[in-house]
Amino acid sequence: MSHNPMPSAQAQITRESVLKTDHLTKQVNSPEGPLTIVQDVSLDIAAGESVAVVGPSGAGKSTLLALLAGLDAPTSGKIWLAGADLSALDEDGRARLRAQRVGFVFQAFHLVPALTALENVMLPLELAGRTDARSGALAALERVGLAMRKGHYPRQLSGGEQQRIALARAFVTSPAVLFADEPTGNLDTATGERVGALLFELNAHSQTTLVLVTHERDLASRCQRTLQMEAGRLL
Amino acid sequence: MRALSLAVRMLAREWRSGELGVLLLALTIAVASLTGVGFLVNRIGAAVDLQATEVLAADVRLGSPQPISQASLDEAGRRGVLATRSTRLLSVVFHDDQSQLTNIHAVSAGYPLRGHVLIADEPFARGEAVAGIPPRGEVWPDSRLLAATGAQVGSSLAIGAATLRVGHVLISLPDQGGTFAELAPSLLMNLQDLPATQLVQPGSRVSYSVLFAGDRTRIDDFKSWLLLNKKPAERLRDIRDASPQIKSATERAGRFLSLASLVSVLLCAIAVAMSARRYVHRRLDVVALMKTLGATSAFTLSVSVLQLIAIAFVAAVAGSAVGFLAQEWLLRALKGLFNTQLPPANLLPLGLGFIAAIALLVGFALPSLLQLARVPTIRVLRRDVGAPPTLVLLAFGPAVAVIALLIYWVVRDVRLFLDFTLGLAGFIALVAGAGWILVHLAGRLRGGVGIAWRYGVANLSRRRAESVLQIVAFGTGIMVLLMLGIVRNHVQDSWRHSLPEDLPNYFFVNIPPDERAPFIEFLKARGAQTSRVLPMIRGRLTAINDRPVEGAQSAGDGENFAAREQNLTWTAELGADNSVVAGRWWNREDFGKPLVSLATEFQESLHVRVGDRLTFDIGGESVAATVASIRKVKWDSFQPNFFIVFAPGVIDNTAGTYMTSAYFRPAGAIALAQLARRFPSVSIFDIDDLLARVRSVVDKAVFAVQSVFVFTVFAGLTVLLAAVQSSRDERRFESAMLRTLGASRKVVLQGVLAEFTVLGLLSGLLASVGASIAGYFVATRVLALPYGFDPSVWALGLIGGAVLVVFSGWLATRSVVNQPPLATLRANG
Ligand SMILES: Nc1ncnc2c1ncn2[C@@H]1O[C@H](COP(=O)(O)OP(=O)(O)OP(=O)(O)O)[C@@H](O)[C@H]1O
Ligand SMILES: [Mg+2]
Repeated sequence: MSHNPMPSAQAQITRESVLKTDHLTKQVNSPEGPLTIVQDVSLDIAAGESVAVVGPSGAGKSTLLALLAGLDAPTSGKIWLAGADLSALDEDGRARLRAQRVGFVFQAFHLVPALTALENVMLPLELAGRTDARSGALAALERVGLAMRKGHYPRQLSGGEQQRIALARAFVTSPAVLFADEPTGNLDTATGERVGALLFELNAHSQTTLVLVTHERDLASRCQRTLQMEAGRLL
Repeated sequence: MRALSLAVRMLAREWRSGELGVLLLALTIAVASLTGVGFLVNRIGAAVDLQATEVLAADVRLGSPQPISQASLDEAGRRGVLATRSTRLLSVVFHDDQSQLTNIHAVSAGYPLRGHVLIADEPFARGEAVAGIPPRGEVWPDSRLLAATGAQVGSSLAIGAATLRVGHVLISLPDQGGTFAELAPSLLMNLQDLPATQLVQPGSRVSYSVLFAGDRTRIDDFKSWLLLNKKPAERLRDIRDASPQIKSATERAGRFLSLASLVSVLLCAIAVAMSARRYVHRRLDVVALMKTLGATSAFTLSVSVLQLIAIAFVAAVAGSAVGFLAQEWLLRALKGLFNTQLPPANLLPLGLGFIAAIALLVGFALPSLLQLARVPTIRVLRRDVGAPPTLVLLAFGPAVAVIALLIYWVVRDVRLFLDFTLGLAGFIALVAGAGWILVHLAGRLRGGVGIAWRYGVANLSRRRAESVLQIVAFGTGIMVLLMLGIVRNHVQDSWRHSLPEDLPNYFFVNIPPDERAPFIEFLKARGAQTSRVLPMIRGRLTAINDRPVEGAQSAGDGENFAAREQNLTWTAELGADNSVVAGRWWNREDFGKPLVSLATEFQESLHVRVGDRLTFDIGGESVAATVASIRKVKWDSFQPNFFIVFAPGVIDNTAGTYMTSAYFRPAGAIALAQLARRFPSVSIFDIDDLLARVRSVVDKAVFAVQSVFVFTVFAGLTVLLAAVQSSRDERRFESAMLRTLGASRKVVLQGVLAEFTVLGLLSGLLASVGASIAGYFVATRVLALPYGFDPSVWALGLIGGAVLVVFSGWLATRSVVNQPPLATLRANG
């Protein structure tokens, strides 16, 4: 199992770098004229590194995360993710890259309501075209301690349980980079702590690069590095 | 390929979870109502047609003045179509020293192919249906013939060179004809006895017919064959040539039933449109998530399209089955009302159900699905980001095309189709516009009516587009149902008025002028209700605008008026059952002027116009008159009526007789026998049987119209209910939010009810306007009925609309409000 970036024609990528941006800016049009939500962000995250992104509400953390994961296109600037230049890829190309290399955890869990716990975890494996989806997903459920709930639908699970399923789903493909946007934001303190602990445990186990947006000081302090964001800029 | 197999798996999983249930349910209900109405229309329509064919004694008749060759009978045999011969001629029948000009019907085995011959053993008695025809050597003369010749059952009648025994009294023949063209009494005999009479000679006026009957498709095929292979002199007659009363009843019933199908197509379209919208809306999140997890647009699209196809397929199968069972059940439950056997259902409506389900779903959902594939992935993080807006043309084009196609499929008449679709498009545009304005105004009305109302009404104007859409959906649904109701009332009223209980059931012809007064006295003394008495003068049209008519004879299918001797009359009064469509009716100053008024049928067949000069030969004298007016005659008034009417003072002095009609329930056969003895020269026509037949057709048509209407209303209600479901998810979340913020269940529910009440009132108002206008056009243009504006439609539209919408809204929201907010919030998290 290798987490090395794919060989790339892009010469400036260092061997350890898995995520790099160059003067990243995102502007949107609001009723009051153009609004810059992410401004001139340059960062470089090495393979296996864990980075917390913190900052006040509305600072642009989620937007930055979406840009990094290729969910949205920047207004200007460049992003290299797992060795690929995102701006050179179209929407489907970015989707394929995500299927192979990227995992996600959201504040609002985002499980597919029509799929059981097991099927939710199988989904990214199936999208990546893996034939061992079922056994892989079962193993991942085992790791988050919810193997016995595999046939349950999301509506039959508590918030904490749903987020643990989401963690299993995020790690099941052994992604190169895992993005988490306030994964404990919707949970009570105790449950949040348990989910947070699980996140770092899984991350340590699979040596995944972690980009974590959070308001929890405790969670941020567990990361190797903290990026402070305010009004769209990194401080 | 990999994507496809995963798409199939996704479909199976979502299916199992029940997520697709609502769309499936709505579509199934829609298809069920469409096919159910389709089946009813089909079967009851066929039963009404079958009944109507009795007037022809066949499904199709081939008639000719020359003998008809065996070829068509052989071909019929090959195709499994029943066939038999009937030959008619006019001849004098003798009994002892009495004689009477008689209409002789010589028929062969199998006659009649449709309907029944009624016979009795006493003249003027109630007839009983008989199977079979007179055996050789036997004849069945009618009551009038027996009265005129003094014969009775067992007597011998001399017909030409043959002498035949009276076996029974003929009470009625199915194909006697209702136009009273033939004044002579009738006699039924076996065709095999005809040669022995030696009546058929070169030059004698004989009309030959071959009768055909069989199941629909065979007859239709055979009819095409006949049209290609018949001789020019041979004339084809089918149900469309049946008596005018039956024709108009079946035509109206048929048109009403197609209208009902149309209404169910539209209701179906509404349900599908609304539920497809909901489906697409719900899928937005899942699609965005799948894209985040690495699914390509092609993959997400193929999953969605596959789901759609599967839903359409299952809904089509389930809906058709439900529709079939529902109509089968309805017809079984109502079997007593139908005394004839209903033809089995043909499977055409199933095809319609299938096509409709798939076409509507594709038309309504595909554009949104294509749009769905373009959902920005960022939606997983920002809920407010929806799909990019589609082009209006792309969004509505397929749906409009599909609905238009379905409408055309049902009406199959370009003119009607254009009227209907343009009318509908206009209505929808109008409702959308008016709805927008009303929603806008409702938004300003929110002050000072309590929190529930404020919340409800605020909701309406906040979700402006959604509200307008719902008003259009409800409005259109209620409008088509109301319109169908209006039209149904008009159709039934017209039938009831045209066939009241005291409609004349006897015609009396050949009343000598000097016996006119005593004859009417005689009838009145026995409780008859007499109608007008008109003179009847024989005459023949000889020239139009001084050109002899012999040369101008049209060789077409139409009745050849010119060749025949006509019955003419004169009168000062137009009569309530006549209306002038061109020219003007004469007044006192015109009396004595050479003016004539023609019935539309006569005018159409001879292509004459107001102002043309017609010359008649009346009793050897030439009489010229100018066409002063064209009249539309309501023949089903069963009052004396004539194609040609002169102004008073033109032919008054010409020798003639009188005719009248009367409603008469004689005390048994005795009174009529008395009448026949007291006024021997008067010919009595008993049209009770014809009336019974017309009534029976009309009763079935009424039943058809009733049951299809009820079925459509039920379908409409369920379909509208399905449409209400579409806004349920938003309400669910909203209600949970409000309750979390401390609103009581009651306030939330009242708010929802307030919103739906306003919605229902607005839709009901617009629907009433639309239905009144549409009802007017359908009644006057499509069904040719007088339209009476009925203000109760408005009350029904407004109150019914509000009640209906509130009730379905309550049903759809009840469970939402009853759910603890936590469950809802969690499910929506
Ligand atoms: N498409 C958009 N249109 C308009 N404004 C936007 C858009 N996307 C983001 N914003 C605005 O940009 C700002 C940053 O949003 P973002 O969601 O990235 O903040 P955040 O740091 O994640 O905040 P929080 O901690 O509350 O989640 C906000 O003020 C938001 O309203
Ligand atoms: Mg955020």
